[in-house]
Amino acid sequence: MTEASMHTFDVRDYLRLELMPHFMCPGCGHGIALRALLWAIYELNIDKDRLAIVSGIGCSGRVGAYIDANTMHVTHGRPLAYATGLKLARPDLEVIVITGDGDCLAIGGNHLIHACRRNLDFTCLMLNNEIYGMTGGQVSPTTTETRFTTTTPLGNHEPGFDACKLAAAAGAGLVGREITLQVPTLKDLIKEGISYSGFAFLEVISDCTEIYGRKNQLGESPEMMLGQKASTRSDVYKNTVDQPFRPNAFETGVLARNERPEYADAYRQHIARTVAKTR
Amino acid sequence: MPLASSSIADQNAKMQSVMGNHACALAAVAAGCRFFAGYPITPSSEVAERMSAELPKVDGVFIQMEDEIASIGAILGASMGGAKVMTATSGPGFSLKQENLGYASIAEIPCVIVNVMRGGPSTGMPTRPSQADIMQARWGSHGDHPIIVLTPASVDEIYTETVRAFNLSELLRVPVVLLWDEVIGHLIETIEVRGSADLRIVERNRAQSPPEQYKPFAETENGVPDMARPGDGYRTHTTGLTHGEDGFPTQDPATVDRMMSRLLGKLERNREQVESFELLECDDPDILIVAYGITSRAARRAVKLARERGIKVGMFRPITLWPFPEQSFKRVAAGASSILVPEMNAGQLCLEVERLCPSGCSVSRLNRIDGQAIDPDEILNRIAEMANHD
Repeated sequence: MTEASMHTFDVRDYLRLELMPHFMCPGCGHGIALRALLWAIYELNIDKDRLAIVSGIGCSGRVGAYIDANTMHVTHGRPLAYATGLKLARPDLEVIVITGDGDCLAIGGNHLIHACRRNLDFTCLMLNNEIYGMTGGQVSPTTTETRFTTTTPLGNHEPGFDACKLAAAAGAGLVGREITLQVPTLKDLIKEGISYSGFAFLEVISDCTEIYGRKNQLGESPEMMLGQKASTRSDVYKNTVDQPFRPNAFETGVLARNERPEYADAYRQHIARTVAKTR
Repeated sequence: MPLASSSIADQNAKMQSVMGNHACALAAVAAGCRFFAGYPITPSSEVAERMSAELPKVDGVFIQMEDEIASIGAILGASMGGAKVMTATSGPGFSLKQENLGYASIAEIPCVIVNVMRGGPSTGMPTRPSQADIMQARWGSHGDHPIIVLTPASVDEIYTETVRAFNLSELLRVPVVLLWDEVIGHLIETIEVRGSADLRIVERNRAQSPPEQYKPFAETENGVPDMARPGDGYRTHTTGLTHGEDGFPTQDPATVDRMMSRLLGKLERNREQVESFELLECDDPDILIVAYGITSRAARRAVKLARERGIKVGMFRPITLWPFPEQSFKRVAAGASSILVPEMNAGQLCLEVERLCPSGCSVSRLNRIDGQAIDPDEILNRIAEMANHD
């Protein structure tokens, strides 16, 4: 399907063209993630009117505004909570959260745990660029050790962590990771996440070239993307149970599935069984 | 002989014996609330507990979220989806919600937030009343933000003000805080449980114009934009960044000034709907009491007893606390020589009263900060002192 749709998909059909040019830096991986998301939406034939994008604060959060859909740019760390309320009130909407490594794992960490635990049917796309880019380049929970950031001028001494392992352990129905280098594969993973009836947590390894890359001399966008490729391993995920996560050796694809009831379905069935409705 | 079906213990009866916090839940459902997200905190938990029992009966959704912030986030998400929403908390949780209250203000999302006041600051006295959050209710969130705060003083008033809270929130697209103290929240009084058919219910103005013409934050007759519902074809953008009429972020000074002015002007433009207060014996007061919540009930008794002694005392009781009814208050206070503001805090509403009181009029404070309600005798004794000094 990819080969055919590659030629018929026009990303402009899904963008608010009046907002162009966008704010993203040259080489920013988020633009690629955005395109992959919209391509997935195109292939799934999702009606734009039914599409709700809830995004947090950061470069990842700003991406949502470019999508021609019902877009909600909320507070830092909270898009999963807003999306929970939105989806419960409006089960008819296709709800997708776009968040970042800081938004989702630092300030928003608690909401991630419970979104996974509940398994409500919506999709979380976490754009992980290992940095707080919007605020000028501070360290993030996923920043590789030894890297320089504006709040680790002597080099980061903290380990990162594997959000996918956290999501799987907390019960997310589907957990996956992909790099922005592999656009069709990323698109397919996003499709699978959206189609899955339950909470899908998808980590997108995205490059921040202008701030993180430059400060750490990681090269231009092509070099950083090839760095992503060099870092992917197929067996590392299973073998690193007791080791701190090293983002330069990670696995991609669908990493975990938890076959569990979808939250809203289970809630409604439970209510129907146990409550005599009064009019 | 069997109990009549109109027994006040009967949950289907018109007159029922109800706890304050429960009355809020019943009123919310009657007003059309169909989504509640909350987190337990004394002394507000009964609101959530009752909502969890009532909402399933009307196809609503109740969810206990992982914290107070998630709770307000969830209700705002649901409100953006089109539902009428509410959450309930107390001091520490109210503090946590402030950032997202600001979001509701600037993004103009209807919502009702209950704060059952307890002793503070911090953990304070979880099971004891205070009135110490009233300034926070107005100013707790950062930035210039419009907000409505209502302070019922009885279980019946909790019922009617909860309905009014939803109506105001939907009409003006502004967050409404329902503020009462632990005493009123746990008080059990017999009230009329009015159903939806007997109440005036207001719905938000939904966007009707063709999508190409619709501007989500446009200037309108009353300053309140029509609200688009996701799925109806509008595909709007909502953000906490300052935005133009089209909803997209901007820092253009002229646009920001215009938007903020409209936002901040909403309540003043609709003052008649927003303002609410009660006057007791205010035709000719020498001494004016300004009191709200449980304190106003003690003051009511003190006013009665003082009048029996021939002291010309009256009470101005704000029901809409914020925006404070400045002009109405000035009018009522015009003839008074002294004002007394009894409050269960270290002095908060008195600051407003001091600011607004007519020149030549003195303002006294009567404060309790020990987790105890103010006794009518305390107020009466102070009134007597003030009367002797005049």
